[in-house]
Amino acid sequence: MKPNRRPLLLLLLLLARPVYSDLTIEITQGMEGAIPIAVIPFGGTGSGGPAPENVAAIISSDLSRSGRFAPLPDHDLVSRPTDIAQVQYQTWRMLNVDDMVIGKVGEVGAQQYNVQFQLLDVIRSKQLIGYSFPASRADLRRVAHHISDLIYEQLTGEKGAFNTQIAYITTAGSGAAKSYTLLVADSDGYSPQTILRSNQPLMSPAWSADGRQIAYVTFEKKAAEIYLQDVASGTRRKVASFPGINGAPSWAPDGQRLALTLSQDGNPEIYVMDLNSKALKRLTNSPAIDTEPVWAPDGKSIVFTSDRGGSPQLYRIAAGGGQPQRLTFDGKYNAGADYSPDGRKLAMVHGEDGAYRIAVLDLDSSLMRVLTDGTLDESPSFSPNGSMIIYATEAGNRGVLSAVSTDGRFRQRLSLQAGNVREPVWSPYQRR
Amino acid sequence: MKPQMNSFIALVLIAMLAGCSTAAKKGGGAAVEDRSMGGGVETSGAAGTGSYAGASLTDPSSPLSRRVIYFEYDSDSILAEDQELITAHAGYLSAHPEQMVTLEGHADERGSPEYNIGLGDRRAQGVKRAFELQGVAAQQISVVSYGEEKAAADGHSEAAYRLNRRVEIVYVGY
Repeated sequence: MKPNRRPLLLLLLLLARPVYSDLTIEITQGMEGAIPIAVIPFGGTGSGGPAPENVAAIISSDLSRSGRFAPLPDHDLVSRPTDIAQVQYQTWRMLNVDDMVIGKVGEVGAQQYNVQFQLLDVIRSKQLIGYSFPASRADLRRVAHHISDLIYEQLTGEKGAFNTQIAYITTAGSGAAKSYTLLVADSDGYSPQTILRSNQPLMSPAWSADGRQIAYVTFEKKAAEIYLQDVASGTRRKVASFPGINGAPSWAPDGQRLALTLSQDGNPEIYVMDLNSKALKRLTNSPAIDTEPVWAPDGKSIVFTSDRGGSPQLYRIAAGGGQPQRLTFDGKYNAGADYSPDGRKLAMVHGEDGAYRIAVLDLDSSLMRVLTDGTLDESPSFSPNGSMIIYATEAGNRGVLSAVSTDGRFRQRLSLQAGNVREPVWSPYQRR
Repeated sequence: MKPQMNSFIALVLIAMLAGCSTAAKKGGGAAVEDRSMGGGVETSGAAGTGSYAGASLTDPSSPLSRRVIYFEYDSDSILAEDQELITAHAGYLSAHPEQMVTLEGHADERGSPEYNIGLGDRRAQGVKRAFELQGVAAQQISVVSYGEEKAAADGHSEAAYRLNRRVEIVYVGY
């Protein structure tokens, strides 16, 4: 890029989105067969000026990011109806649009809005769904994501996962001045909020099944400890600080137990802790590295990484203990698993010929598929609807986040403007 | 902020003074009054107690000045060239049973972060066992694995990775 073009680009970037956004999203691999849709800029009602958030732009960006939709570019929007009576379906049919979204954002009080939208079937000239939502200023983005979820579900038959969050770790600086931050942001990277900052490493954030708490590993005392932190209030409690490793926390679906790795007996082993009594039950017993436990969504079994067979591979063990069963045989390095929400797939880091990529194992067919093409891809995490996997990779000598569709057909990059981003974890559907 | 800065400066001064002293004595040296105790009690140290710990640890020509052991990829085997180093540290630690040491295990950045914690732990545990075989008491040694979280060298080359697969021997108090 020529240096003299930079100020213009910067200006465009500033105009394009609010300054508090930390992540930008770049689609790096498109998808054939995306549904053509027109998302018309929402109109305003009442006395207020323009709405403080561009709701239609948020919806359009969500749909585009899913890889399942191809929103019409803004300059192709030949008219801008905000009311169903103004819609001329014939025009949109000629633009090969299957569906369209119209709506209004009305200011109904101080910092209070009413958002209404309608999803229209252009081919059949009729409304598919329509809702209206009250929203405070602070809730407008969430309402927009919720509308995206409703549209996604109506048109694909699958639940959307836009109104969810991601947690991740960033590092900045180097040497003694290095800082580590644990953040929670919307699934599109907006509204990042720091929930913990430290000058010692932070690792392995894990959401509780209800989305209210995050477990993580901190080295703030120059030794590994596991804390559980309430996301909304920031209060936290220490649950593990045994000698050696206190690592890889994973919540049981019931929220009452935590699987974790401890090396208090001189070797990394998988344990299950009852969070009420703090009682520990040891699940593994081998001289190998046993770590990275992850609960099956039905709570009956735990998948973990072990090098007991000579190289790191994934194994499954009953949650109450028993004989582990090896699951991966493809390649010399399969580690860091995440279960798909339906319990039928495992995402993992797959190492082959010096490259570490994200692969998915289908547990029914035992077929393994490599989804990414980086060399340092790690920390895969499924979206709560199972359609996408977010992971950490390297670009331009920095740690960045990427997401790939579970079928491998669509890929996008979410890049932070400064520092390294690592260990993304997608939240469950939130019930708080 | 200010008080922290002052104590930081004080720490730096102490560290500099300790560095200047040719024989920093443990539990000995100049009397330090502790005026924080109630009842008019004052405590102070007496010269001549404790052992001389400083000299060999701070001597740059001593093998003890080398505090890092490097490892091959996905391996926790101590290389033949490091046996002498292990023996020197083990000898020092068994002669100074009051000296505590932390073994910090590290891995290169490739692969899964928590598996790398496991690798770093195994390397540090390997050094711990080697120390114990040479007479160091288990309670003198603590182990912490940082996995790939605290790289000694940045970059994605084998040269950087080699510097990052390591165990650092950290003498507590030095």
